[in-house]
Amino acid sequence: MSPPLLDVEGDGQGNVSLMTSVSSMESIFQKNAGLTERNYLGLSDCSSVDSSAVSGISDVKRNNLNLKATELRLGLPGSQSPERDPDADLASSESLDEKPLFPLLPSKDGICSGSQKIFVSGNKRGFSDTIDEGKWMFGSSGTDSDTSNVNVKISPGVQPAMIKDATSKVASQEKTHATFGTNLNKVNASNPPAAKAQVVGWPPVRSFRKNILATNSKTNDEVDGKPGPGALFVKVSMDGAPYLRKVDLRSYTTYQQLSSALEKMFSCFTLGQCGSQGAPGRESLSESKLRDLLHGSEYVLTYEDKDGDWMLVGDVPWDMFIGSCKRLKIMKGSDAIGLAPRAMEKSKNRS
Amino acid sequence: MDPAATGVTVAGTGADPAKTTMFPEEFLKRTFSLINSDKDRNSVSLVCKDWYNVERMSRRHVSIRNCYSVSPEIVTARFPAIRSVTLKGKPRFSDFNLVPDDWGADVQPWLNVFATAYPFLEELRLKRMAVSDESLEFLALNFDDFKALSMLSCEGFSTLGLEAIATHCKNLTELDIQENGIDDLGGDWLSYFPENLTSLEVLNFSTLTSEVSFDALESLVSRCKSLRVLKVNRKINLEQLGKLLVLAPQLIELGTGTFLEELVSGSVNGLENAFSKCGNLVTLSSFWDATLLHLPVVYPVCGNLTFLNLSYANIGPDELEQILSRSKRLVRLWVVDTVGDKGLEAVGSHCPLLEELRVFPVDPFDQQLGVTDSGLVAVSKGCPKLHYILYFCQRMTNAAVITVAQNCPNFTHFRLCIMNPSEPDYLTNEPMDEAFGAIVKTCTKLQRLSVSGLLTDLAFEYIGRYAKNLETLSVAFAGDSDLGMEYVMRGCPKLKRVEIRDCPFGDSALLSGLTQYESMRSLWMSDCNVTMDGCKKLAEEMSWLNVEVIKDEGGDDRLANKVYVYRTVAGPRKDAPPFVVTL
Repeated sequence: MSPPLLDVEGDGQGNVSLMTSVSSMESIFQKNAGLTERNYLGLSDCSSVDSSAVSGISDVKRNNLNLKATELRLGLPGSQSPERDPDADLASSESLDEKPLFPLLPSKDGICSGSQKIFVSGNKRGFSDTIDEGKWMFGSSGTDSDTSNVNVKISPGVQPAMIKDATSKVASQEKTHATFGTNLNKVNASNPPAAKAQVVGWPPVRSFRKNILATNSKTNDEVDGKPGPGALFVKVSMDGAPYLRKVDLRSYTTYQQLSSALEKMFSCFTLGQCGSQGAPGRESLSESKLRDLLHGSEYVLTYEDKDGDWMLVGDVPWDMFIGSCKRLKIMKGSDAIGLAPRAMEKSKNRS
Repeated sequence: MDPAATGVTVAGTGADPAKTTMFPEEFLKRTFSLINSDKDRNSVSLVCKDWYNVERMSRRHVSIRNCYSVSPEIVTARFPAIRSVTLKGKPRFSDFNLVPDDWGADVQPWLNVFATAYPFLEELRLKRMAVSDESLEFLALNFDDFKALSMLSCEGFSTLGLEAIATHCKNLTELDIQENGIDDLGGDWLSYFPENLTSLEVLNFSTLTSEVSFDALESLVSRCKSLRVLKVNRKINLEQLGKLLVLAPQLIELGTGTFLEELVSGSVNGLENAFSKCGNLVTLSSFWDATLLHLPVVYPVCGNLTFLNLSYANIGPDELEQILSRSKRLVRLWVVDTVGDKGLEAVGSHCPLLEELRVFPVDPFDQQLGVTDSGLVAVSKGCPKLHYILYFCQRMTNAAVITVAQNCPNFTHFRLCIMNPSEPDYLTNEPMDEAFGAIVKTCTKLQRLSVSGLLTDLAFEYIGRYAKNLETLSVAFAGDSDLGMEYVMRGCPKLKRVEIRDCPFGDSALLSGLTQYESMRSLWMSDCNVTMDGCKKLAEEMSWLNVEVIKDEGGDDRLANKVYVYRTVAGPRKDAPPFVVTL
């Protein structure tokens, strides 16, 4: 899978990629005023969209559909992005981190976790915005994830369909009357023809039910796709990656195997980082370099256990680990400070 | 019978009170205490002043279906002995995000008055109200006898509020939290129920998303021997469910947790066993993530089920067939359209007693076919007792609906939602007028109608002409002109609630309902052609109506984009936010 956003920025400005994707969104939406004015992500200056490099747009269009997925997510409720550091390349990827690509719903629909709710209510937008985009969200995480992080699994195979869904969701019919702030427009022909016109509050299904049903359908896809009763799929997220992966923990028997698999899986997301650090070329990135990245100060592998605590991977025996691991997260080393001592303490308490 | 002999005094006859014998007050009191229906009580109170007085003193339950139609002071002044209140707030379209946040319907002002007037309040049922954690805490602290709290489609509170309820309501019998805009902070609110609380009869937290402490839940279930309704949330797995069932075989209604986990075969047997011991179960719901792998655990109880709510389970026709073939006594069934027409055929073949069917769309925006006209016809053929239908589909034909009307002439609630706005009959490309025409002509008992698809004024002419018992009407993307709405407003005498969106009805249509609004609960019109002038005119003509316009952000000031009209004895709202303008 080609690395999406991280490729686009060549100049190290974290803002550009985000901006270009927003501006390409502008080309999709005829009325863009609503989109660019809002500042949910704490983006410093959305208005810089206009001034962003035109070349960025073509880059964006060249990229696979997944980029569109990330674009669509911009400014949508529930998405939490830390303030981006314009210096680091990874800053932009932070803003497109594991937090929901398709956030579950706006705060008023009530399934948001506490942390999400606080964020959204702090940035309480006009009713219309919340409404429209809330309408467009479909749910994400399966039953096993906790609610503090609503994540979407986008497996490669499912991607195109989901993107289509996403774009069709974003599309909507231009209304003759200005509905309360809804400036919804038909998506242009660049989107799959099946893109359906969306209208606020239609069909009349309660938001709660809409989100639950959407969550269900994703979950059932996963269930059906299971190879057999032995599989134990957990989500793997990585700080900076625009989408998550899933791994079957039962298909590995040691931490080493898991680690290698994850490195391979997420290699694409670390390419950009290498680029910024002046590595000669992405092609020459070797596994060892990745391992250095992953095991070095940059990233640590953590997991969430049954109690909801985030632990460092590797402390407990493998069997105990897969018994208690609910999901994995490749964290930046700086974020993982303080994790290790807790992990040690916990395994002490356990044994 | 000779009125004098029975001692009945008829008001207004001018009969000399001294010559007639009235019923002693005690007699009236006792008689009225047996009358529970609000409607009957309302009728009773209209007979004469004495009856009015006795009735009002003895009324224990009041239902306020529009919280702004009356003030808490008026309610408490008339009914001093209320123990149970049902309060509904926002217009129904707020469920679909058509009403802005902070619109109102705050429960606190009511609680403030109730705290003094009804200190013995026992039950509070809220629908579409704005409820804060502070309000829940206030409720928990100020009403010592409080027993039952039910909240549906409310918002503004979090699990902190639930903690307060759990902590302070010593006599709690019912906690029913459904489909609310709740801020689920986790935090394990369930553990706040004190150890000595054993009175719980109804516990429904099926739509909360965060994990609750299973130990606390287990302990609660085990000590509340009167528990009859238990609906857990998705975080509870099958194994845990089994443990709960063993503790509470007396359950009448059960909402399962998730079916996702795989059980070892021993556990499956245990679970089946547990279910088989629940001889009183008549309602099953939730079924999150259910597949044929573990659905069979519920088979032992299917034979007794009267209500099966599968609306959170994306099962297919085969799974549905398996369950339904064992559930011959079903009266109410809710499913998702993943069951398809094939699944509905199974409904038609296995559920002859079915009276209510609701089919929800798995993905309202998806192009998948879901269920179609043929599924609906199949159900109508097999279920002649059907009188309530809610049906979301992508396409429909006039012919199908006409057939359905013939097969099931007893419809009281017919809610058909063709999900593409203004979609015609997909075979003939004609409007869906004849479909709804057939429904209103044939189903004379029709109380509630939701129309959809491409509709001309003719459909409304039919409604106005035939739907004489219609009380609730929902219209979207339909009609050609003012005439459409006029037909309805002039033709349907029993209208209570009308909600219209995106229709070409203007001021003339709005004003055509002048004679109706007094007896109606409310009218909602959004994205129609109503102007501010029209609304002002309506407000002038009818002083006991609140004519409220919800202002757009930057829209044409002359247009009244969202209009909410309702009768009230409380005057204009005192708590209206700035975007709600009362004319």
